[in-house]
Amino acid sequence: MPKDGGIGAATTRREDVRFLTGKGTYTDDIQRFGQAAAVFARSQVANGLIKSIDTSAAAAMPGVLAIFTGDDFVDVGGNPAGWLINSRDGEPMKEPKRPVLAHGKVRHVGDAYAAVIAETAEQARDAVEAIEADIEELPAIVDMAAALAGDNYVHDEIETNQCFDWGWIEDNRAAVDEAIKNAPHVTTLELVNNRLVPNAVEPRSSMAEYNASDDSYVLHTTSQNPHLTRLLISAFVLGIPENKLTVIAPDVGGGFGSKIYHYGEEALVLAAAKKVGRPVRWTADRTESFLTDAHGRDHVTKIELACDKDGKFLAFRTETMANVGAYLSNFSTATPTFLHGTLMAGNYTVPVIYTNVKAVFTNTAPVDAYRGAGRPEATFSIERVIDKAARELGIDPMEIRRRNFIKADQFPYAGAAGLEYDSGDYHALMDKLEQKVDRAGFAARRAASEAKGKLRGLGINTYVEACGIAPSNLVGVLGSRVGLYDAATVRVNATGNLAIMVGAHSHGQGHETVFPQIVGEMLGIDPASIEIVHGDTSKIPFGMGTYGSRSLAVCGSAMVRATEKIIAKASKIAAHMLEASAEDVEFADGAFTVKGTDKSVGFGEVALKAYIPHEFPIEDIEPGLEETAFYDPANFTYPAGAYACEVEVDPDTGQVSIERFIAVDDVGNVMNPIIVQGQIHGGVGQGVGQALLEGAVYDSEGQLLTGSYMDYTMPRAADLPFVEIDNSCVTPCTHNPLGVKGCGEAGAIGSPATVVNAVVDALQSGGKDVTHIDMPLTPGRVWAAMQ
Amino acid sequence: MTDISMTVNGKAVSGSVEGRTLLVDFLRNDLRLTGTHVGCDTSQCGACVVHVDGLAVKACTMFAAEADGAEVATIEGQANADGSLNVIQQAFQDHHGLQCGFCTPGMVMSAAALLKDNPKPTEAEIRDYLEGNICRCTGYHNIVKAIMAASGQDVGAIAAE
Amino acid sequence: MYAFEIERPETVADAAAALTGEAQALGGGQTLIPTLKQRLASPEKLVSLAGIAEMKGVCTGDDGRLCVGGATTHATVAAEAGSFPALAELASHIGDPAVRNRGTIGGSLANNDPAACYPAAVLGAGATIVTNTREIAADDFFDGMFTTALNEGEIITEVKFPVAQKANYQKFVQPASRFAMVGVFVAQTAEGVRVAVTGASEGGVFRWSEAEAALSANFDASALDGLSLDADGMIGDLHGSPAYRAHLVKVMTGRAVKAAA
Repeated sequence: MPKDGGIGAATTRREDVRFLTGKGTYTDDIQRFGQAAAVFARSQVANGLIKSIDTSAAAAMPGVLAIFTGDDFVDVGGNPAGWLINSRDGEPMKEPKRPVLAHGKVRHVGDAYAAVIAETAEQARDAVEAIEADIEELPAIVDMAAALAGDNYVHDEIETNQCFDWGWIEDNRAAVDEAIKNAPHVTTLELVNNRLVPNAVEPRSSMAEYNASDDSYVLHTTSQNPHLTRLLISAFVLGIPENKLTVIAPDVGGGFGSKIYHYGEEALVLAAAKKVGRPVRWTADRTESFLTDAHGRDHVTKIELACDKDGKFLAFRTETMANVGAYLSNFSTATPTFLHGTLMAGNYTVPVIYTNVKAVFTNTAPVDAYRGAGRPEATFSIERVIDKAARELGIDPMEIRRRNFIKADQFPYAGAAGLEYDSGDYHALMDKLEQKVDRAGFAARRAASEAKGKLRGLGINTYVEACGIAPSNLVGVLGSRVGLYDAATVRVNATGNLAIMVGAHSHGQGHETVFPQIVGEMLGIDPASIEIVHGDTSKIPFGMGTYGSRSLAVCGSAMVRATEKIIAKASKIAAHMLEASAEDVEFADGAFTVKGTDKSVGFGEVALKAYIPHEFPIEDIEPGLEETAFYDPANFTYPAGAYACEVEVDPDTGQVSIERFIAVDDVGNVMNPIIVQGQIHGGVGQGVGQALLEGAVYDSEGQLLTGSYMDYTMPRAADLPFVEIDNSCVTPCTHNPLGVKGCGEAGAIGSPATVVNAVVDALQSGGKDVTHIDMPLTPGRVWAAMQ
Repeated sequence: MTDISMTVNGKAVSGSVEGRTLLVDFLRNDLRLTGTHVGCDTSQCGACVVHVDGLAVKACTMFAAEADGAEVATIEGQANADGSLNVIQQAFQDHHGLQCGFCTPGMVMSAAALLKDNPKPTEAEIRDYLEGNICRCTGYHNIVKAIMAASGQDVGAIAAE
Repeated sequence: MYAFEIERPETVADAAAALTGEAQALGGGQTLIPTLKQRLASPEKLVSLAGIAEMKGVCTGDDGRLCVGGATTHATVAAEAGSFPALAELASHIGDPAVRNRGTIGGSLANNDPAACYPAAVLGAGATIVTNTREIAADDFFDGMFTTALNEGEIITEVKFPVAQKANYQKFVQPASRFAMVGVFVAQTAEGVRVAVTGASEGGVFRWSEAEAALSANFDASALDGLSLDADGMIGDLHGSPAYRAHLVKVMTGRAVKAAA
């Protein structure tokens, strides 16, 4: 067994070497002989009727090879939603077609209605400008409430802008209403969960190749889940048989959700590669990314918390409008529902909960899962209203949470929002947080800030989230159109080293380093002798990809199961080699030993025997040593945490600075602490970004005002402090083999309310009667709130 | 088209470019040095930072023709002569200063420029210097830590972990 | 970008000769190149000023004024304008380090972005803009957003700054672009106090005359008590309302006075 470099070791990442030397291979780095470029003609208006598109002048431009419009794709399918939501009345959600290129109408600024394929990107851009499109601008539908009330529709054929009206849990509605009516105290908060743009630093890019000799395609694309992309293109959009389509997601420069989904550009370059008989690439510029990547969040919510005079929670009632944008992106309907409504119990024992979500079409970019996906929205609503209730009731913010926590001995705990949490210890998390915060010293720190003319605030927040969405049987009942398992193949080579083909895709998460740590430990071999293969549908068995903090919990479990199969088969081979029965052979530290003897054979020798099967029991055991496992989890996993933040507010300018940020997370067992910490750092960065800096804003005409880094504020190094992290409170997941829960989204889920709670605390300390400010808490907004 | 020649990572190179050809496009497309990345159109993300005549510049906001005759250094030329990672690169690996790797070349090139001018920068100086380098993965925590470590500072006590 | 040619003259005379027709001067390109990428400009020819040695560098003139060549980068000003610390400090916070290595004072002034820093320094210090054909006083140079007194093809070759007795620049950044949401340059000179404000006004950089009068009488932040700037004409956008910007002008002015004193 590897003493160093196994499970739990802080192994540095092997993939770093290529990234640090400029040898990474991102989609836009791939260049094929004869490669042509695609550039899209995109709508300048939010809502418009396409009356005519004349491409004749563009077609005559230098270098132009082909031009596509929506007419070219009317006979193929649309890009589907992956989850069917039924409204409270039982009616299925509205699912207007999402075509490869807009046809009939353009529905948001940036909606592509044509594409030019040319020798170079600049020639294609020149030709795009020569396309004469007669598009009649129609009034834009931007505001959700107005969209629901009006009779101007994003999709005329469905005669409504409401995608669905979902109640969770509908049967609890009356009980919640009753509880709120009779409660001694009800705290109400209306809030906006601000719309965000994921902004992976690598823009989306897709390059397709077509081979006429066998009618096959290869798509290189910036994807978090190449198999899902292949499935969607094959089964729904273009109908290319899966066996004729290889999808490769090479190095991918961040995703955060935005690269889960299939986009029309992928279908377009495939069609174009066939038509022009050459490889075709499209790479987004940043403006296109802002206009067309799936955005995140964008909820308008009213939440009510009923409690008794001691702050004991009696009920939560939430009404939310969730923007889905102009078209349904693949997971857009699951995000505000089963990743949000089911989390509305938080870390607490609450007798009854009801959440209503109305999903609304607007003339804006599609909205889908972005780091956290539904859980940040749930956590923000719950933790903000709790903070407000604590102030109203005069209860300490830590104390009110403790009074309502699910206790450690209550797990597994079935909450009123429909989930059964398998494990957790929220009191331990809060105790650890309190210890790190040094509340006793806060008064002195506040006084020091005040001496500088600043207001200081302390914000507290807890969260529980749900990762590794599963099991397939359950999600199928709830409307999912896909299964949510994952797969891995462990291939032992004859000389004893390994290739592991995994369905998860690594775009920063460090799978190439961490997965070998696990299998190395299981097999007692050096992790350096194990390679991880991912991101290529022609090489890996199947996979549902990387999102929802699922890679380790789901794909990692599949890899463990496959490795267990390897050990089982190798044990049989070893038993044969040792002339013992398989039951008498035990495996430890990389060697198979006959129990009670010193007769032993090493893993490497067994591997060699499997591939050079001389004197091999061919009748009983196949040659070779390669096993595949598909793993479908029994439940979600439930990471939880307690966060604190101290801010300083400059009362003269409204500027907020984060002085301390403390994250205490229980992510289950930790496979590699530096990777876990890195994931939490990144999540906190994005959560602080949501709280203080980021917000996508459309004007009333549907123009994106924050369409570049000149107006959309990305968190920069000076906006963030070092984050103090503690992962010492561990309650392992009880239903997966590694006891892991997931850590990719925790920071983004736990931090927004932490920051806002801290700012409100600071303003109150300065005598300002401010109970809430909508994110992002820009200086201008904070200053305005103080006036 | 204009004929240009320059030194890139110590090697003389030449090419023929349009006026509008950006330095980053010349590096990526003509020289196939694809380690220098493009992440925005507004000169803000810094994924394209290279050194021109010893100064950090954004290769997406300089024309290739303007680099005619210049000494250009890119991420591909940063490793030690024996191929091992240089001090900054090694610190980024040791301290997990990168995740997806896309912003990393620009971060390393900016860090190198910073340390040349300021061999022992404070945390605040590093954060300030990185204003033009956007990372979406790391929250900058380990980038700042790596740069401090690369400058020989003890980072063991940073943020109780 | 649309196609164009690039010329790289080595003298001001050659540059001026090249700047005819649909030609446009290229300073450091830090604003112009992003503009070209958006296809918002279509010059036939760019004339790069970066190779003109006579337009580069910082020196002190016989009259004691600090002279900055029009093609001098922000980084060079930050490093070499030590005799006018407020100017060096301002230059050291324009954009980011890579931008400062390319962007030039001449380019910034010719563009006259309403949120740029240099216009505040030039107007606040009462500098003189020297071109290939004439000298223009700062008070006559800025002519509203993105507009200046420059003629077509005219090149800023030098900027002469009288070194103020006391001066300071305070910038409150627009968080996304990092340009000034409000930037105030305060300079105490023998002729009185000048206060120039960038970032805030729809009319571009301007002098806040009430503050100048108050500070000329008493160069102390308390002199601003009771003053308020009209929000009318201030920029309002998603980063801040006109009222907020007007308020920030006063706050930043006070801070500049404190820092200068």
